[in-house]
Amino acid sequence: MSEPILELRDVHAGYGSIKALKGISIKVMEGEIVSIIGANGAGKSTTLMTICNIVKATAGDIYYKGGCINKVASDSLPSMGLCQVPEGRRIFPRLTIEENLDMGAFFRNDNEIADDMERVFAMFPILRERRRQAGGTLSGGEQQMLAIGRALMSRPKVLLLDEPSLGLAPLIVKQIFDIISEINKLGTTIILVEQNAKVALSMAHRGYVLETGNVVMEDEAKKLLDNPDIQKAYLGE
Amino acid sequence: MEYFFQQLINGITLGSVYALIALGYTMVYGIIQLINFAHGEFFAAGGYVGVIFMSYLLSQGAPAWVCLSGSLILAMAYCAMLAMAVEKVAYKPLRSSSRLSVLLSALGMSIFLQNGLMLTQGVYDRAYPTELTQGGFEFGTVMLSYMQLFIVSLTAFLLVALNFLVFKTRIGKAMRSTAQDKIMSALVGINSNRIISLTFAIGAGLAAAAGIMVGLYYGSVRYDMGFVPGIKAFAAAVLGGIGNITGAMIGGFIIGMVEIFAAGYISGEYKDVFAFLILIGVLYFRPSGIMGENVDDTRV
Ligand SMILES: Nc1ncnc2c1ncn2[C@@H]1O[C@H](COP(=O)(O)OP(=O)(O)OP(=O)(O)O)[C@@H](O)[C@H]1O
Ligand SMILES: [Mg+2]
Repeated sequence: MSEPILELRDVHAGYGSIKALKGISIKVMEGEIVSIIGANGAGKSTTLMTICNIVKATAGDIYYKGGCINKVASDSLPSMGLCQVPEGRRIFPRLTIEENLDMGAFFRNDNEIADDMERVFAMFPILRERRRQAGGTLSGGEQQMLAIGRALMSRPKVLLLDEPSLGLAPLIVKQIFDIISEINKLGTTIILVEQNAKVALSMAHRGYVLETGNVVMEDEAKKLLDNPDIQKAYLGE
Repeated sequence: MEYFFQQLINGITLGSVYALIALGYTMVYGIIQLINFAHGEFFAAGGYVGVIFMSYLLSQGAPAWVCLSGSLILAMAYCAMLAMAVEKVAYKPLRSSSRLSVLLSALGMSIFLQNGLMLTQGVYDRAYPTELTQGGFEFGTVMLSYMQLFIVSLTAFLLVALNFLVFKTRIGKAMRSTAQDKIMSALVGINSNRIISLTFAIGAGLAAAAGIMVGLYYGSVRYDMGFVPGIKAFAAAVLGGIGNITGAMIGGFIIGMVEIFAAGYISGEYKDVFAFLILIGVLYFRPSGIMGENVDDTRV
């Protein structure tokens, strides 16, 4: 088996005296969809923020493409192909849709940015219609599309998605997850953090279960779906 | 009626100065929510660098346009760098501290810079070379001096350039996104420290231009000249909706106009009071200002 494209080795992190991650190890292979599930406050978002160095790892190492990225500044990661769609979408409310997408390509200097924007518009036609509208005026589902589109503008190698289904109607959720699958098939490795464990696990290759800052289980996604403990705790069955 | 037009011209001239200073307050507030009390000192420093370099160029026999543009560029660049240094030393280390500590640091910086100017340049007025911009157009008794024309057209140019920078360029978008969400901006690859630094530089550059204008217009500068115009420009920024660029421009012209008309028609002795009355009125009745909180607005 080849080297993982992203690996966390015994990573600790927190907020002041609050220890949110207590030694997390995760491996992600190129081309995979890896899902991280867990209850509220388990440390899923903190994991993603620590990968992006917004929250500093207090111990442990994070490797990306074979190099340690613990000390790499957050704003250098997108150009290395590591990109996050954070919890709550965080689109820029007073920039237009088009400007939001432009920001996704902020570090790029090539001449294919316009083509990529066309591709995002083809994926999410509603964004094209609203291109001159302020991001803050979009509905929740549209904002999620914009957030994903903005991330795609950076041509990520590894895409971290934090609860893309949060607060969306089932139909939109399906649409978003179909798109995520498609993005993955086109070659982007994906880490998918979700409360909606059933949908997440059914599209993922492997999964990790987080509980209060620890990985308590990791397995192929199918096996997690079939696991009675997981079913009881996270799948509502 | 002619008196009215004369006052209108004077009001636009003064308003230009306030608008340029107000932009620095509003942009810095927009990006780090700090009322930069030291901002008026960049205006004063710009006035001094301007007079020093302008006198030098003049003594070397340089033509008027070289004296003006040369000193303008140098003063703007000097103040831009000064502001970046101030930000780095006095504000950046406090990025995650309470807003009060940063505010106090700004107050301290203001005192420091003002005293620095006093110690190096003395306590007396320093005269500007006025021969550069003498004369003007006369329409009956209404007078539009070349000086006023210079001030207003330079301001118009700077305002258009700033609008272009902030609303049309990539770096401008990065400024606005940094103002709206610093973490997300980092996640798309923006170095917010650099953007914050740039914002200080631009604001101080505009204030420096205003300092030269005031020096030319009133014929002299003084080490403490930043204080009163600084507060009036702050009032203008609040009036326009602090954080809003278009608002600061409009607010600047309104405050300048009100001051001139109030001095002309009500009382010259109390002319300084009106800006503060407006400030109090806005804070009381409409704290978000004229342009505050629209959806398609021009906040940074
Ligand atoms: N900014 C913060 N300051 C202090 N504590 C925080 C902060 N963000 C998260 N925490 C704490 O860290 C722990 C992990 O939070 P985290 O947001 O990573 O959980 P999560 O698994 O993403 O939960 P959710 O499913 O609710 O999004 C929680 O106990 C939370 O209270
Ligand atoms: Mg979360």
